[in-house]
Amino acid sequence: MIAAHDPRILRAMRGFSFGRILRESFSGHTGWTRQWRSPEPQRAYDVVIVGGGGHGLATAYHLAAEQGVRRVAVLEKGWIGGGNSGRNTTIVRSNYLFEESEALYEHSLKLWEGLSRTLNYNVMYSPRGVMALGHTESDVQIIRRHVHANRLAGIDADFLTPAQAKALCPILDVSQAPRYPVLGASWQGRGGVARHDAVVWGYARAADALGVDVIENCEVTGVRRDAAGAVSAVETTRGAISTRMLALVAAGHSSVLAGMAGLRLPIESFPLQALVSEPVKPIMPCVVMSNTIDAYMSQSDKGELVIGAAADVYPSYAQRGSFHVTGATLDSLCELFPCLRRLRMMRCWAGIVDITPDRSPILGPTDVPGLWLNCGWGTGGFKAIPGSGQLFAASLAQGAPHPVLAPFGLDRFRTGRLIDEATAAAVSH
Amino acid sequence: MLLIPCPHCRQSRPEREFRHCGEAGLLRPVDPAAASDREWTDYLFARTNPKGESQERWRHVHGCGRFFVLRRDTREDACVTSRAGVEEAP
Repeated sequence: MIAAHDPRILRAMRGFSFGRILRESFSGHTGWTRQWRSPEPQRAYDVVIVGGGGHGLATAYHLAAEQGVRRVAVLEKGWIGGGNSGRNTTIVRSNYLFEESEALYEHSLKLWEGLSRTLNYNVMYSPRGVMALGHTESDVQIIRRHVHANRLAGIDADFLTPAQAKALCPILDVSQAPRYPVLGASWQGRGGVARHDAVVWGYARAADALGVDVIENCEVTGVRRDAAGAVSAVETTRGAISTRMLALVAAGHSSVLAGMAGLRLPIESFPLQALVSEPVKPIMPCVVMSNTIDAYMSQSDKGELVIGAAADVYPSYAQRGSFHVTGATLDSLCELFPCLRRLRMMRCWAGIVDITPDRSPILGPTDVPGLWLNCGWGTGGFKAIPGSGQLFAASLAQGAPHPVLAPFGLDRFRTGRLIDEATAAAVSH
Repeated sequence: MLLIPCPHCRQSRPEREFRHCGEAGLLRPVDPAAASDREWTDYLFARTNPKGESQERWRHVHGCGRFFVLRRDTREDACVTSRAGVEEAP
């Protein structure tokens, strides 16, 4: 991991600090400048990353900071923070079942713990604990299995009785009254939430300071390949850009981009909805999630309850979902948290998530020389941003997948060696 | 909420009466033992996932119970047409 307070970053971007805020407060806050440049695309780059979300920006940052690759461009068709990175419900945890996933997500969780210092940017990582509820005997068995597996992998995990769950989250109804009563829960105390906008802004600023070109409003429209079939350039709405290494990190639009290079991916894109309530006083000290009733909820620092729903049932790129999906989630939450019944919802939205058959991401090279994938994160990519960025950058620089990422290659759909977190967690999405 | 035209019932019904059954036109290898790993991978996992018009199988589970092929624009979620039949490639 890069040393905290990398002097190159601090030198390049006039670090944020308490002293700086103090100075600015005496000068009317007129000295703040743009956090990253708005460069024109150059004609060629060593690496072009398509997608200016968390994963793409983190990859670019680590390429520049640790791998010595400086001619890097991140192409974003909209603006930084306008895609799924600004639409998720910000939950960070690492309590997955399989060893491959545990290695990847735990690596990421460890980076989260020092991320604000690394980036010199307050990402507001708050390890307030993540609770996953079980409502049936089967749920409880699955949760216990996860807890045991996590402990064997050195990841903190505890099984909670309903009374223990209530002690950690007092507004939870653990009586037998709800249709799906709480029978037990898993607990990862190191898990929590972070501010998603700050994460992408922090990575964009740090990458930019190291010389990465973050190019917004630049949509990729085609992939050029040379006579040998290798990637030679990308065509964009701002002109063609030559590169021998192209990384597609575009979440819901991964299939569209891969199609430009003639690939069909094992991915389907679905809307995933989330909503926030009006702000209320602090009532929710941790994150609570439940796979059985397709709901997860935490409270933002502004006081809004941030709620995630199930994925919609049909593929779509429309960035909106069906009303009955969020309705079902709210019905369930009102049963589990009776005090929420008169709470009003302020906003709801959807992001387009790239779902793989085994609900594990795809990281690695493809049959097209020079074309790499970092996609398929589906409904849970936010938590993996720091680890995915660091390990994917190392893979790109080496030209071979990092050992932690090797099991997540596209090849697993041919060999059948799936990392089936979907079945493991019994989630519907 | 989609309003989906069922070609069997000849009326448009709400999405919740239906189940989405994936991309249309995926045909199981005729001779499973002879199919290569790549053919199996394509059949089992590779999807077009188009941004635009898609052809997909739906089943009217809480209606007539029958399968059909729906043409839908995934940019706008607009259902275009539907037709009976499941096996033939689109």
